[in-house]
Amino acid sequence: MADVAIATTLSQETAEPARRGRPRLLAKLRRPLAALTLLLPAMTLMTLLLIGPVVAVLAMSLTDYQLGAPSWSFVGFDNYLELYGDRVFWTSLLNTLVYVAIVVPASMALGLGIALLIESGTSLRAFYRSIFFIPVMATLIAMAISWEYMLHPQFGLINLTLKSLGLPAQAWLTNPELALPTIAAIGVWQLFGFNMVLFLAGLVSIPPHLYEAAVMDGARSAWSRFWLVTWPMLGPVTMFVAIISAIRSFQVFDTVHVLTKGGPSKATEVLLYSMYSEGFEFFRSGHAAAIAVVFLAFVLLLTILKVRVIEKKVHYA
Amino acid sequence: MAMFELTGVRKSFERTEVLKGVDLDIADGEFISLVGPSGCGKSTLLRIIAGLEDQTDGSVRIGGDVVDGIRPADRNLAMVFQSYALYPHLTVFNNIAVPLRMRRLSALQRLPLVRWLVPGTRSAECGIHADVEKVAELLGMRDLLHRKPAQLSGGQRQRVAVGRAIVREPRGFLLDEPLSNLDAKLRVHMRTEIAQLHRRLAATFIYVTHDQAEAMTMSDRIAVMMDGNIIQIGSPDDVYDDPQDLRVAEFIGSPKINILEGATVGEDRALVLAGHRIPISVSEQAGRSISVGIRPEAMRLASSEGALVSGRLAHKENLGAEVLLHVDVDGQSAPVIVRLDHGGARSIRIGEMIDLTFAMEDLRLFDKAGRRVGAKAAQKELAYG
Repeated sequence: MADVAIATTLSQETAEPARRGRPRLLAKLRRPLAALTLLLPAMTLMTLLLIGPVVAVLAMSLTDYQLGAPSWSFVGFDNYLELYGDRVFWTSLLNTLVYVAIVVPASMALGLGIALLIESGTSLRAFYRSIFFIPVMATLIAMAISWEYMLHPQFGLINLTLKSLGLPAQAWLTNPELALPTIAAIGVWQLFGFNMVLFLAGLVSIPPHLYEAAVMDGARSAWSRFWLVTWPMLGPVTMFVAIISAIRSFQVFDTVHVLTKGGPSKATEVLLYSMYSEGFEFFRSGHAAAIAVVFLAFVLLLTILKVRVIEKKVHYA
Repeated sequence: MAMFELTGVRKSFERTEVLKGVDLDIADGEFISLVGPSGCGKSTLLRIIAGLEDQTDGSVRIGGDVVDGIRPADRNLAMVFQSYALYPHLTVFNNIAVPLRMRRLSALQRLPLVRWLVPGTRSAECGIHADVEKVAELLGMRDLLHRKPAQLSGGQRQRVAVGRAIVREPRGFLLDEPLSNLDAKLRVHMRTEIAQLHRRLAATFIYVTHDQAEAMTMSDRIAVMMDGNIIQIGSPDDVYDDPQDLRVAEFIGSPKINILEGATVGEDRALVLAGHRIPISVSEQAGRSISVGIRPEAMRLASSEGALVSGRLAHKENLGAEVLLHVDVDGQSAPVIVRLDHGGARSIRIGEMIDLTFAMEDLRLFDKAGRRVGAKAAQKELAYG
């Protein structure tokens, strides 16, 4: 309304045609300008904290920059080619994928199982919810240190328990065959509480009438009701949990750093740990940036999958 | 098909008693409606029959067998839910097939992929396919079989829910307010469809509703429930013409029955109503207040000398086929409703005084506690008393 008013007054004053054009243009641009102004703080923060660093990493991965070095030069895709030929990189990528392949299904199955148990019970629900959620809230570094003592070959709680049961003690973190599964078990322990909470929310939103209909239709066992109602109705939640768990498992670092430092003989070398050691132990920042880009590509792939699948496929109602 | 016998069924949630000892016999093949205002316990009673809820006391027999403690799946009943409770991830075909698959296939035969390795799966699936097609044909929804519930209208969903119930042959059908989520026009249509379905299947239907019109139009018998008790049970005509309780009289019938405040007076315990002495003798002590129920269609226009009640016309509702007059009568809290045929009272204008009369046998008298009270005309016995 105000714009119109200004325009009319101007024409009444019989201003020059050229001068009359400018306020009209301004009026037209007012809305987009306002929108941009309002977006500015968020855009600035995004650029500074997210987009900028990503672009910097992408650029750095194309150089031979070393941390603290006075000069650097552009090397094209040399860092990537070097990665391609590097056995340690492939071990680390494979270890990460194995870790994800253990942690995602295990933490989902455990989370869903415990959510179902809590949902079906009537007493102490809040108590169980809290104790299973505690590992999620705890600082993983601190927890990793506790695990280090629990897993100690001689006086660790776990080996002492095994011994008292007459079972052989294990070198959990120094046996190359056991180290990665052990790290994965800690990952499961840390993650399943989070998945449990998501599944609990999913379970609550299933209309109880569906279970009653299933019972009336002859679904006698809890097993058949699970496959007829619970599992399909949890579809969207399950997809979400799977992708979030996968992204979080890709990020495994703390436990490896505290417990094994990638050893023994690279058995627990994972992507983020390789990146860390390249970047901050050998100071080969360009090389580390290339690993970071590979890592980002995986996360991006999972995110695209999430957007595609969750928002298009697994949705009812 | 089976008969149902409920004896002394009670149900309490925490401290509130929802059902207070319900006795109910339902004959084989009968269509019975449990009707009452919300919170009267009708849905709880249905859920107890279904086995979805355990009664606190009393017992339920279906076809002569006591089913207390028997799981719902083993009672062999089918239920249509108010929300339809269709499985949203399954197509219409698979929704209807669920009860058959659950009963005809083993757990192994229901597993994806593995099922086809088990002998007999293919022939069982063929039978299921044929039965589902038959039901779809019967309900006129063959072309909907491949849709999912989200792609159906309310009426179509309702029909799928009915299809899922009738696809096998259960001992009885339990319907929990199946029409209350439909719009008014569709509701009237589905009323007819369900009544016809009952005739065709000749099965026992137990139908829960809060809508007295649904109960009246479909049922063989109506059980009116109030506050956890069945207070009257009978054919729709019985319940309408001969209510045993003021609450029944008020609940059944639309527009609602007129309740006028009267009293008994004198030696012959005559009824005094709106200043007129009505020549009947009430079987209640003199000096007591009496609620007098008169159905709107029992009211007639009268000349001023024959008037038993008079009042001022406050409002006229023209419904086309009939017209409803709202008459303010002195000393009565609610307006008296008079139902006249099409074209009746055309000359009377709002605000005019009108005189009304009624036949003595159309009066239904209730005492202070709402119980029906007998009355006698000078010589003739009235309908009740």
